[in-house]
Amino acid sequence: MKFTGFIRKEFYHIFRDYRSLVILIGMPVIQILLFGYAITTDIKDARIAILDNSKDIVSMKITDKLLSSGYFKLNENLSNLKDVEKSFRKGKVKEVIIFESNFTEKLNKTGKAGIQIIADATDPNTANLLVSYTNAIITNYQSEQAKDVKIPYRIEQDVRMMFNPEMKSVYMFIPGTMVIILMLVCAMMTSISITREKETGTMEVLLVSPLKPFHIIAGKVIPYIVLSFIDALVILSMGHFVFGLIIHGSLVLLLAESILFVIMALSMGIMISTVAPSQQVAMLLSLAGLMLPSILLSGFIFPIENMPLVLQWFCNIIPAKWFIIIIRSIILKGVGLKILWKETLILVLLTVFFVAVSIKRFKIRLE
Amino acid sequence: MRTIFYIIQKEFRQIRHNRVMLPIIVLMPFIQLLILVHAATYEMKHIRLYVSDADKSSISRQITGKFSGSPFYDIVNIQSHSRDNMEQLLENKADIVIDIPYGFEKKLRTEGSARVQLLINGINAPAAALIFAYSSSIVAGYNRELITIWIDQPLAGMVIPSINITYSYWFNPELNYKNFMVPGILVLLVTMIGAFMAGINIVREKEIGTIDQLNVSPVKKYQFITGKLVPYWIIAMSELAFGLLIGKLLFGTPVIGSIFLLFAYAAIYLTAILGMGLLISTVNNTMQQSMFITWFFMVVFILMSGLFTPVESMPVWAQRIDIINPVADFIAVIRMILLKGSGFSDVKTHFLYITVYAVIIMMLAVSRYRKVS
Repeated sequence: MKFTGFIRKEFYHIFRDYRSLVILIGMPVIQILLFGYAITTDIKDARIAILDNSKDIVSMKITDKLLSSGYFKLNENLSNLKDVEKSFRKGKVKEVIIFESNFTEKLNKTGKAGIQIIADATDPNTANLLVSYTNAIITNYQSEQAKDVKIPYRIEQDVRMMFNPEMKSVYMFIPGTMVIILMLVCAMMTSISITREKETGTMEVLLVSPLKPFHIIAGKVIPYIVLSFIDALVILSMGHFVFGLIIHGSLVLLLAESILFVIMALSMGIMISTVAPSQQVAMLLSLAGLMLPSILLSGFIFPIENMPLVLQWFCNIIPAKWFIIIIRSIILKGVGLKILWKETLILVLLTVFFVAVSIKRFKIRLE
Repeated sequence: MRTIFYIIQKEFRQIRHNRVMLPIIVLMPFIQLLILVHAATYEMKHIRLYVSDADKSSISRQITGKFSGSPFYDIVNIQSHSRDNMEQLLENKADIVIDIPYGFEKKLRTEGSARVQLLINGINAPAAALIFAYSSSIVAGYNRELITIWIDQPLAGMVIPSINITYSYWFNPELNYKNFMVPGILVLLVTMIGAFMAGINIVREKEIGTIDQLNVSPVKKYQFITGKLVPYWIIAMSELAFGLLIGKLLFGTPVIGSIFLLFAYAAIYLTAILGMGLLISTVNNTMQQSMFITWFFMVVFILMSGLFTPVESMPVWAQRIDIINPVADFIAVIRMILLKGSGFSDVKTHFLYITVYAVIIMMLAVSRYRKVS
């Protein structure tokens, strides 16, 4: 009875702060919409400049081809080689295409004509993609023109994007957003809410009350478990109804693993609160120690294999890494516990470890 | 002036006496740069390639050779059958599988064309797009070589017109991804310090009740706000300088443009960010709330800032919304100045934008701040 009263108090804390509540539910929605619609590395309407020294049939045709592809958008026509650098400096264009003079004539007479592509490689990957797209479009134009000339020894490429044939990034960001939100709600919010009691002095009141330390912690944690579970459901159903994400594996297993991860994140939050003397410190610790690693070292956005070996080892102690592997495998590959037992076991062990440390460190005396 | 100075002194003492905050403030730029630069990378250096070569011909071996010669690929295994292809991807042992079927070379010679299959793990779509671009250009490049070798003279009487495409990468010819990331991460660093620390610091005074003491003191509103914001402005500016130094020494980040220009922009930018923190602190009463709202805006701002993905790739509506995102503007400017050497005339519209932004935000924040609890 005492215990339920305490839980009710915690719920009041959360519900009366309606602004945070709106954000708590609204954040995953907005993040998923952003990831789904706005954040993409696809090349679309990249701004280019063209320096056409000949302005004749073929150069115009190629320009047309490039601009109608949807990848490029003409920002300006340059007339002078000197303007190229100026144009890049202003940051208006990402690529400049230069046709040499008398393009068509040279092509017809000598069979050779030159195009120079200059890319702004301050963003190396975009530059790389732009050059390879431009290249492909020009090559394509050429083979269309030379239809009757059969080019022998052609190696055709049959490319298949496995598990994600339409290259949707939804498969990447649904697990990732779940991790971020669960970490935020569970670890960060709990650690701050416990340190707040310490900092404002109300922890003293709780400690002298008949509530056992275990009850204090459990009472603090249960509202956040409920909230984070709602968030997880919001994310999954948005993925399903808005972006057509199909869960190939078992939904029950997915939810069970999510609960495991929630408990793990909560125990991390409690551990931070036992270390941090003030909310500010708790916030910084969870930000630097939990959020950033969970986003960057989990393989959510950046593949772990690209990182240096030391960081790869370090990634192994990031729980988010294992959780992301688990959700991706369940959702996309439809595999079960038979394959995922190892990752699950690691999560369980990490949880036990964090819980043990927090119990050991939780002080019932004030300093 | 003296009052402001005393408040600033008090703030610095508080920061210095905080055993946990100080190391965080000093170590953060180091750790962030070191870890982020290495972790946040789409630089494809170790694409894991599995080859199933059922043909075992000279051509199939040459194709494999092209990949093993490329610095981007690590060949995990070469098999002469295609039975394990799917398993390699399912168990996440390879990122791409190249399948060269039996009779490939023969077909190429007799029929004029033959097919290789590239199976790419598409879960991480942006990475997969890059793997695809690299791999298919390697195969296409080899194909071009092959054609020129086999047809060493043009077919009699026929001129095959060919367009000669040359390309060059300016400002970063080696396509060094770190050059791209370091400036962006520096922006992230100063933004986090500006937005989180200052705003939360004011809410803290509210929450533990010391704001009342300040409210009843003769300290004026503008003195209080200046005194609260200036220390964090100084900290953030020094972190930027410090971070730039680390970037230069450890990663060889190019500094082509004028450092003075960069810091002039950063000075205005930080005013805007600190104003934002102040604004958030005026509408919130607890640190939890305040941090939560700051975090929300920061995540959205950072995701839409062009730090990881190009701003131009976003749909038009998103680019319009991005106008209220100062982080995107700073990231564009810092890359222009550091990597391309853009001068003031190139970035003057950005200067105008951030000045207007800072003025508006500051006015909003100051007018909303009340000396009553």
